[in-house]
Amino acid sequence: MATDGIDTDTKSHLMADRLQNGKFGDFGGMFIPESLIPACSDLEKAFYEAFADEAFIAALNHLLKTYAGRPTPLTYCENLSEKLGIRLFLKREDLTHTGSHKINNVLGQALLAKRMGKKRMIAETGAGQHGVAAATAAALFGLDCVVFMGEVDVSRQALNVFRMKLLGAEVVPVKSGSATLKDAVNEALRDWVASVETTHYCIGSAMGPHPYPLIVRQLQSVIGKEAKAQFRDLSGDDPDFVVACVGGGSNAIGTFAGFVDTKSRLVGVEAAGGAAMHNGIPGVVHGMRSKFLQDESGQILEAESISAGLDYPGIGPEHAYLGTIGRANYSYVNDEEVIAAFRVLSETEGIIPALEPAHALAYILRAVETGEIPADASVMMTLSGRGDKDVAQIMEILEL
Amino acid sequence: MAETSSDLSVHDLNASLRQKKDAGRKLLVCYITGGLNADWLDMLYILADAGADAVEIGIPFSDPVMDGPVIQESSMQALANGATPLSILMQVEKEEPGIPLAVMTYYNLVYRMGEERFAERLIQSGITGAILPDLPIDEAAGWIETGAAHSLSAVLLAAPTTREERLNEIAAKSKGFVYAVGLLGVTGEREELSESASVLAASIKSRTETPVLVGVGISNPEQAKKVCQVADGVVVGSALVRRILENRSKQEIGAFVKSIREALD
Repeated sequence: MATDGIDTDTKSHLMADRLQNGKFGDFGGMFIPESLIPACSDLEKAFYEAFADEAFIAALNHLLKTYAGRPTPLTYCENLSEKLGIRLFLKREDLTHTGSHKINNVLGQALLAKRMGKKRMIAETGAGQHGVAAATAAALFGLDCVVFMGEVDVSRQALNVFRMKLLGAEVVPVKSGSATLKDAVNEALRDWVASVETTHYCIGSAMGPHPYPLIVRQLQSVIGKEAKAQFRDLSGDDPDFVVACVGGGSNAIGTFAGFVDTKSRLVGVEAAGGAAMHNGIPGVVHGMRSKFLQDESGQILEAESISAGLDYPGIGPEHAYLGTIGRANYSYVNDEEVIAAFRVLSETEGIIPALEPAHALAYILRAVETGEIPADASVMMTLSGRGDKDVAQIMEILEL
Repeated sequence: MAETSSDLSVHDLNASLRQKKDAGRKLLVCYITGGLNADWLDMLYILADAGADAVEIGIPFSDPVMDGPVIQESSMQALANGATPLSILMQVEKEEPGIPLAVMTYYNLVYRMGEERFAERLIQSGITGAILPDLPIDEAAGWIETGAAHSLSAVLLAAPTTREERLNEIAAKSKGFVYAVGLLGVTGEREELSESASVLAASIKSRTETPVLVGVGISNPEQAKKVCQVADGVVVGSALVRRILENRSKQEIGAFVKSIREALD
């Protein structure tokens, strides 16, 4: 297998192996209105064909290298490692074009959309990172792009809204329900029910109906594949801990994909107010069976945290599966811990993280203190995006 | 056709619609959102009096992806009023509108209660059909079986994009009626009747004797009449619920439904 570029192996490792009829164990599936069934079936077929097509993979790898800036470096955090008494490495997705791992997914999906002859691409977004990435890919490939974004998030993330518009996308504020990410997904699905013949729905996380969790994981697995090879080059071994933040869970699932067959302990970190793995109950929403925050009747609850990107009341089905079989562990951190971690990385390493991966670091800081991560352990954390988008928000909280 | 309240088919969606269809009647099924307002149960009688052949009671869900603005609004209002699946089913239990009742809701509410318990609870409330638009046939095997064990009709949906082999399966397995989604899109009123509605209805009718009803986008008597040149009936939802949301009088709402009934007869 080539060491550069994406992982084209959809079948052989533990995670890939477990997909049966669109399900990871009890989780996943295709719970969608009948109108969308043919589109999802066609997408599955197109995905498998594309991944078996050398020309497609070459085109995607070329884009990842020359447009997105891959491979991203693995950075050893000398100062913070010394301070914590561990060896901490960061997989630097913040250094990609558009500033987060979301670009890995949208380039692949836009190529697929082109391949299927779709002229229009729709997307949902919370913080706006996936929306910006989708608008970017749409601009590059000449696709019409409409991004659905909760009205509350539109006002919280004005700069990203403007970026999407600069890139030529239309941003539709969603007023229904709680006017946040889950409602943006609802509205994108409603659009797709009506536009399915001409439109590709570019889902931003490892969630939704089959085949999306599979496609997004496979496109994001470039993170884990690179990180594993880079870590082995540096230390001749695999890390003791692999840590990533989880909303829907795309950067985490892409990271875990590289390490699932190693001895590394995998840890996903949710926001306390959106901890679907801990406080969620199995349910069926947004096309998938997974774990969701819901009341006793099954009404879905709103997630709440400092980071719009993790404000999702569910979790991708493969995470629900990995958690259930015990291959990955899931923890959560609160907003105060996140802000502290955000500052620590900025001050000790000169890296301002996005609030989402600051959750992963917050977990590491706590786990070192409690001894859950022992002294001298090696820890590989995915820094899924850079903090520029969050600086205005943090400025309102912190006085420096 | 003689029907008395002792006739079981009065309550049974499957038997009642089939009998009426075989007798040459075009079928009118009306949707209302359960728990929408204090006197929502009165609507059951108003609709029955106006000539509805069955009523679909919507159990509101927080994330109704198949619904347009009107049903979204009515669902949110009902939830804000404190409506839950159990509160609605307990209210309905006491009612005898004299026509079959079904529910339309999203699968998570069924999954949360458990398919078995949900089916039992519907039958206990005198409800004999269920429509779950986000449970496609691939995932519905268990639910169809549970329904059959409780004499509950699992109504399946077909869309304009549904391919031949699936259409065969949906037509064969749907009970009560086959719900032909008249257009590509979510629930809501439309100016024009989509051409796909009659095409789909004809295609399903060639595969089954089960009544084929067109829903989504049927907004007025003219559209209902036109589509029933092919289809066995229609489902009317948003056009009705909009009038309820606008606080139209019960007489006016009854008259609207009656105008559809008359167009079909």
